[in-house]
Amino acid sequence: MINDMSPYLNSNKIFIWSKKNLFSSWINSIMTIIALIFIYKVGTFFLNWAIFEADFITNFRGEIITDRTFCSKNIEVGQHGACWSIIFVRFHQFMYGFYPVEEAWRVNVIYALLPLALIGILFDKLPFRKIFIYFTFAFPFIAYFMLYGGPGLSVVATNKWGGLLVTLFLGVTGIALAFPLSIFLALGRRSNMPIVKSICVVFIEFIRGVPLITLLFTANVMLPLFLPEGVKPDNLLRALVAVTLFQSAYMAEAIRGGLQAIPRGQIEAAQSLGLNYWQTTRKIILPQALKIAIPPIVNTCIGLFKDTSLVLIIGLFDLLGIGRAALSDITWTKLYYEVYVFVSLIFFIFCFGMSRYSLYLEKKLKTDN
Amino acid sequence: MEQVIQLEKVNKWFDDFHVLKDIDLKVERGQKIVICGPSGSGKSTMIRCINRLEAHQKGHIVVHGTELTNDLKNIDMIRKNVGMVFQQFNLFPHLSVIDNISLAPIWVKKLPKKEAENIAMTYLEKVKIPEQAQKFPGQLSGGQQQRVAIARSLAMNPDIMLFDEPTSALDPEMIKEVLDVMIQLAEEGMTMLVVTHEMGFAKTVADQMIFMDEGKIVEQATPDEFFNNPKSDRTKLFLSQILNH
Amino acid sequence: MQQNFLRKLIFDEKTRALLIQTLVIGIFAVLIYLVTKQTAYNLEKRGIGTGFEFLNIAAGYDISISLIPYDSNDTHLRAYFVGLLNTLMIAVCGCFLATILGFLVGIIRLSSNWLFRNIAYVYVEFTRNVPVLLQIILYYTILLHLPKVKQSLVIFDNFYLSNRGLFSPAPIFKDGFSIVIGSLIVMIIFTFFLKRFLKKKQELTGKQYPIFLINSGLIIFTPIFVYYLMGMPLEFDHPVMKGFNFKGGMVIRPEFLGMLFGLSIYTAAFISETVRSGIISVSKGQREASQALGLKSNFIMRLIIIPQALRVIIPPLTSQYLNLTKNSSLGIAIGYADLVHGFGGISLNQTGKAIEIMLIVMSTYLTISLIISFFMNLYNKAVQFKGNV
Ligand SMILES: Nc1ncnc2c1ncn2[C@@H]1O[C@H](COP(=O)(O)OP(=O)(O)OP(=O)(O)O)[C@@H](O)[C@H]1O
Ligand SMILES: [Mg+2]
Repeated sequence: MINDMSPYLNSNKIFIWSKKNLFSSWINSIMTIIALIFIYKVGTFFLNWAIFEADFITNFRGEIITDRTFCSKNIEVGQHGACWSIIFVRFHQFMYGFYPVEEAWRVNVIYALLPLALIGILFDKLPFRKIFIYFTFAFPFIAYFMLYGGPGLSVVATNKWGGLLVTLFLGVTGIALAFPLSIFLALGRRSNMPIVKSICVVFIEFIRGVPLITLLFTANVMLPLFLPEGVKPDNLLRALVAVTLFQSAYMAEAIRGGLQAIPRGQIEAAQSLGLNYWQTTRKIILPQALKIAIPPIVNTCIGLFKDTSLVLIIGLFDLLGIGRAALSDITWTKLYYEVYVFVSLIFFIFCFGMSRYSLYLEKKLKTDN
Repeated sequence: MEQVIQLEKVNKWFDDFHVLKDIDLKVERGQKIVICGPSGSGKSTMIRCINRLEAHQKGHIVVHGTELTNDLKNIDMIRKNVGMVFQQFNLFPHLSVIDNISLAPIWVKKLPKKEAENIAMTYLEKVKIPEQAQKFPGQLSGGQQQRVAIARSLAMNPDIMLFDEPTSALDPEMIKEVLDVMIQLAEEGMTMLVVTHEMGFAKTVADQMIFMDEGKIVEQATPDEFFNNPKSDRTKLFLSQILNH
Repeated sequence: MQQNFLRKLIFDEKTRALLIQTLVIGIFAVLIYLVTKQTAYNLEKRGIGTGFEFLNIAAGYDISISLIPYDSNDTHLRAYFVGLLNTLMIAVCGCFLATILGFLVGIIRLSSNWLFRNIAYVYVEFTRNVPVLLQIILYYTILLHLPKVKQSLVIFDNFYLSNRGLFSPAPIFKDGFSIVIGSLIVMIIFTFFLKRFLKKKQELTGKQYPIFLINSGLIIFTPIFVYYLMGMPLEFDHPVMKGFNFKGGMVIRPEFLGMLFGLSIYTAAFISETVRSGIISVSKGQREASQALGLKSNFIMRLIIIPQALRVIIPPLTSQYLNLTKNSSLGIAIGYADLVHGFGGISLNQTGKAIEIMLIVMSTYLTISLIISFFMNLYNKAVQFKGNV
């Protein structure tokens, strides 16, 4: 009898897997070896720099690092490791900017509450979701009171804000304000009233056709020109206006994609039940369209979150701006890579998180249908 | 009779999953063989091995006296003589119907365009939709698409045709139009291997019925024997399920 | 009765639409009126006039990179063109590099080798989740910390990379060189017709010609042949070390290189994703059906896979080109003399004509965007699949 056994039966799963994915042909095997060498070289280089040969709080002599002259690499010729103490020493600035140290707890409270405010929107199967959503709506007022100040809390002007606080403020507020605006833009663009439609089209295409930096410049120099004398929005608010308008145009396009995916039959069915335009839109069209549009909306949010770094060009201190400020401080200058790697890492964590979330939604959307 | 296909102790694995187990099969010129069996039993995999869309790992497959190995020349030659029709049609959406059909004659047989198009029209007439020649696949109904797919295969003038559940993606009213074309083809003497659960078709056309289960050929018999007097219990069970339903 | 009621309804709807639209126009008109009035008042108070006369005044500042002759006595208008050309230059070079890199990474992402696939994946995730501005600044910083000119890194004997940029030989075209260029152009036109001729011929006889091979051979070797025939009318001015810097040759400045690397490495990550999804969007069945017909794998690629993948790839690819062009405005962060940096920044500060200058800058970008989208729409209409697929 011919043996009925798989040629692979005696070998384990790892062997089968690597045979298929790493050594399926001789070209593949050579590629595997090249890749291994590459990973080894880059990996050891980076790990040595970032961890094994790096200074964290103390240098190789065990002295606490208080300025760059204490970094091992600035003392000993053979040393090349990173000098992370710039991050530790300036941690407050990276997180809060020039926010008074004794008031920083207020920002921390908001940092802690932010996930609670978001979780209700992000996950639709959350228990007690209603309560979370109520909190989401209350959050902006709490945040305003805590961050800016008011009765019982001293005022901290926005020019004191910086670092992650500004990055998150512009990102989160910009997105939150842009969202309702973008729904109107998207609906307007699909409306059959020619004037409403053309205004929306012109607005969306204009915003999408110019770089964000020109909008930031415009808001920065022109807003004061447009407004009456007494009204003088501060720099952060000007940036926020530009960021919001910018985001609303991109979001509107994402939502329009969702609207287009709703079959005409849905509208007809709703209308034949006697629902009027707003009822049809609110109860039938938007819930479905937004569900489809959320992954692309999240993608525009990732884009915006990264783009908030542009505000450093108009003189605000976001994460990257604070990093640059740290580098221009004589006592810490020249630790470029430490600062840029750290800032990149923070951006990466947020953006990668968002993109995973968007992937998760896309998968869910597929299985739901 | 001349043997055109020979499978001898063919074995195949997907990783460590044994899909085909010691398959033996001989097909003579002009024979019509209908293959059935439960889902996942390896029917598709078996006929896909015959034109090397899947590679077998043990045993021999000989088509027209040429053994299928890694030799690309042999694979090319066999594919030219073996047509295949898929469950999902797999028409090329970017090409018009006539371009779909004349593509292979032009690029594989190196025929002049005019001639290839004439051939394409002949086969379109044969599947009874010459008026659709300039349309694109997306503009046709499922039944029409499948008939174009059959015409596309026939245009290479193959002497063996493989059908992998050609009607199971179709609405009931379109199944007949496709089966009619296949019956006509059978009457003209084409060698055919058909995976299908259309038992009416099998009864009219098949010379041999094959029942597969868990990667093995469980039963092979003439339709008469197969439907009236199946040997294995599994065949009986399968037939009772499929005929009652 | 019934009909009357219906008519009234339609009529009502129309009046309502009309009403809403009049309202919208009204609000807009009032808004614009108020803003214009306020702006005029503010401008007058600050003593800034309006108008575009300033374009003809001497700009009074230098621009480090310029494709056309420029010095500080030239007008703001000329400064505008210098900036525009620099923007276009970085955009074109960036798109070119990003496309090559993006396609390469996209294909590697589909490689059968698990390690290659995942190295590419890591590259994509790390570059597209970090702000492009940060990347531009980072690469620029690396470039600025290359060895000093004296210790330049030598690449291929003739290129010197240092913290002042990349010094390379500059080509000097002598008399007969225009003929070499001419022969190249003639060949490109000729091969275009040759291709059509050979295609026709294939349609008639069925015989296949290696058109691509013949044509690339003609395009490459004819100019080389003419080049030797004309007595090699091309020389290079090599950079040589004089004192503290190189003399002669040409230099690609670190600002340009920083922008180029930042923009193209960042955009390539996005392009690779569109390429990847474009290729996998062509279903497995398409390849199988072509194989079953006996098509050879290079034909399957050329006739079936690529045409279908391109339909999916081109639209997002174009919008990546648009993004790259808009992101080139970040040159201001590292001092690359693009439109926003020179005209939109320095000219604006010197003249105070914020409104006029921002208007010009924005319209310029808008025009570029519209031109690119226009061509993309044309292309899209042309290649759309017919029917439901
Ligand atoms: N490319 C593949 N990789 C791994 N497993 C596969 C692959 N193709 C098929 N299989 C497995 O091999 C088995 C046989 O598949 P095959 O498609 O031949 O079945 P079938 O009899 O045609 O079933 P159906 O009636 O559903 O079409 C199935 O269990 C299937 O999951
Ligand atoms: Mg099957």
